Amino acid sequence: MASREVVETRVLGVARVLWLTVVLIACVLPLLYMLLLSVRPLQAVLQDPLGVPSPSELNLEAYRRVVASPEDGGYGLLSFFGNSLIVAVGSVVLTVVFSVLGAYAATRLRFPGKNVINISFFACYMFPGIVMAIPLFVLFSRLGLRGELPALIIIYLASTVPVSVYMLRNYFRSIPRALEDAAMVDGCNRAQVIVRIVLPLAMPSIAATSLYVFMIAWNEYLFALLFLLESRDNWTVSLGLAQLDDISVSATVLMAGSVLLTLPVIALFFAAERLLVEGLTAGAEKG
Amino acid sequence: MTSGPIAPSAAGTGTTGTSAGPGSGGRRGRRGGRLSLRARESRAGLVLVSPTVLIVLLVVVLPFLWTIVMSFQRLRLIDLQNVFDITLTLRNFETVLGSADLWEMVRTTLVYSIGGTVLSVGAGLATALALRQRFPGRMIIRAFVLVPYVIPVVSAALVWRTLLNPQFGPVNVFGVDVLGWDQPIGFLSERFHRVELFGVGVDVPIALLTVIVFEAWKTFPLAFLFILARLQGLPRDLEEAARVDGATPLQRFRYIIAPQLSGVIALLVLLRFIWTFQNFNDVYLLTRGAAGTEVVAVQVYNYLVSRNDVGGAAALGLLMSVVLIIAFAVYYRFGVLKQEAEV
Repeated sequence: MASREVVETRVLGVARVLWLTVVLIACVLPLLYMLLLSVRPLQAVLQDPLGVPSPSELNLEAYRRVVASPEDGGYGLLSFFGNSLIVAVGSVVLTVVFSVLGAYAATRLRFPGKNVINISFFACYMFPGIVMAIPLFVLFSRLGLRGELPALIIIYLASTVPVSVYMLRNYFRSIPRALEDAAMVDGCNRAQVIVRIVLPLAMPSIAATSLYVFMIAWNEYLFALLFLLESRDNWTVSLGLAQLDDISVSATVLMAGSVLLTLPVIALFFAAERLLVEGLTAGAEKG
Repeated sequence: MTSGPIAPSAAGTGTTGTSAGPGSGGRRGRRGGRLSLRARESRAGLVLVSPTVLIVLLVVVLPFLWTIVMSFQRLRLIDLQNVFDITLTLRNFETVLGSADLWEMVRTTLVYSIGGTVLSVGAGLATALALRQRFPGRMIIRAFVLVPYVIPVVSAALVWRTLLNPQFGPVNVFGVDVLGWDQPIGFLSERFHRVELFGVGVDVPIALLTVIVFEAWKTFPLAFLFILARLQGLPRDLEEAARVDGATPLQRFRYIIAPQLSGVIALLVLLRFIWTFQNFNDVYLLTRGAAGTEVVAVQVYNYLVSRNDVGGAAALGLLMSVVLIIAFAVYYRFGVLKQEAEV
């Protein structure tokens, strides 16, 4: 028995290291390759695809071309960043406001129909986006709203609000109710309780929710493709970059664009991961 | 602004729920204070939850009901004035169900969603188990593992297309130069690739396999996070007792850990199946649905955009939703969701 224990422990230990190596390579290498390719001249890539670039051949020409406006011989990706930012920030603000109110009601208040609402949110969460897109596509075409950014914001709001309510609700539950009762006894009304007591305490989870919504809105492709395709001025970065792939732009330029598209999300993710851990541990210290 | 024609009805349903708030509250003045605490609580609850309910109703529920109606209408994008024509017809379903590539599409979608689900949850489980013990650098690895999940799908697809490019993609260059492949493999363009194994030739559906691996790569971090969270919540004493009693690591996994993970794994399998089944972005961005990868979501898109056949798209979308609802109902029936939703 003991020998079997030893053998299994060893084999599993080796398997574990191997698996983690494979996973890490699979997760990091594509990103690294993206970065490497974006700073090499295309000619060098075609001649030596596996080569590590020498410092002398590094240049930012691909970035210049993907960012520059079409008049300057570029692909005009820079102008799309404003659109993506409007859509993402707009979705975050609206979703956080809606879901804080909804989650507070769902955790703290008793009202008729509460359980039905809880269950239907879970169902909405899994509803196929492409099916929802058909009638919205028709509706927005009729209204002449296809191609407008607010249409996109409303869709992102609706598709992220169920999950956001769910995320915030779990956190609200951990906030002691006695605090709110005390504030009410001291004369706060419901709105003051939410603004002065619940919001400050829930900041870590609001940050996490905002991050989630931002990523969904920034990364989204299908609805941007369906609704914005005809109005180039309103393209998001995701859509603009995907459209470049259609007109056979060189790989180095595509990779430069991908780096620019990915950078904000990755930066936010790594920054907020620490913030989240800090927020959680700070709460734990105070009990 | 966006909800033009349905705005009146929306405002109507909205006011029934919320009008008790500012309007009547102001008129009642002091009487509002005499409402029982319980009545005020339920009124506040309805007011607070109504924006969320309204937006979900307008953008998710009503459109779905409308999809059902549209699937029975003759509707093309060019003549959208037919939207209010209520002549119902079954022709959309005849078109969709009678299409020559229906069964191939069904098979592709099922292989894609089942394969993607199994790979994604399996890889997530393996990674979570591998990262269970504390060791230096564990948190850094955890952060990097999440990268495929957080990066934009457009970037991910572009980098995969470049990596797998038959001319200069490093995977093919490495395969031909170092591993000695006869020729580059069109990972995203070849329907079948013949592989000789021990003298037996097998036709591998290479493009379909590649989009499945991509889907698993993009989503396994989510499964990993869920499972790791559950693993860390498990009480250690059971495992310690089993170890003292002489259970080997594999036996401890089989008899102690696995049963406690079954709930979260069942939930993940359902979620991943539902999401993979309706996935459009990954396949469309990687192959445009070519080379035997045309899944149902891509076909719905093609009905809608390429053929301008709104009715056909709605009919296919409806059939797709039915499959998902059945999957959901089966799970609900066996109580998997109830027990997990409480956690």
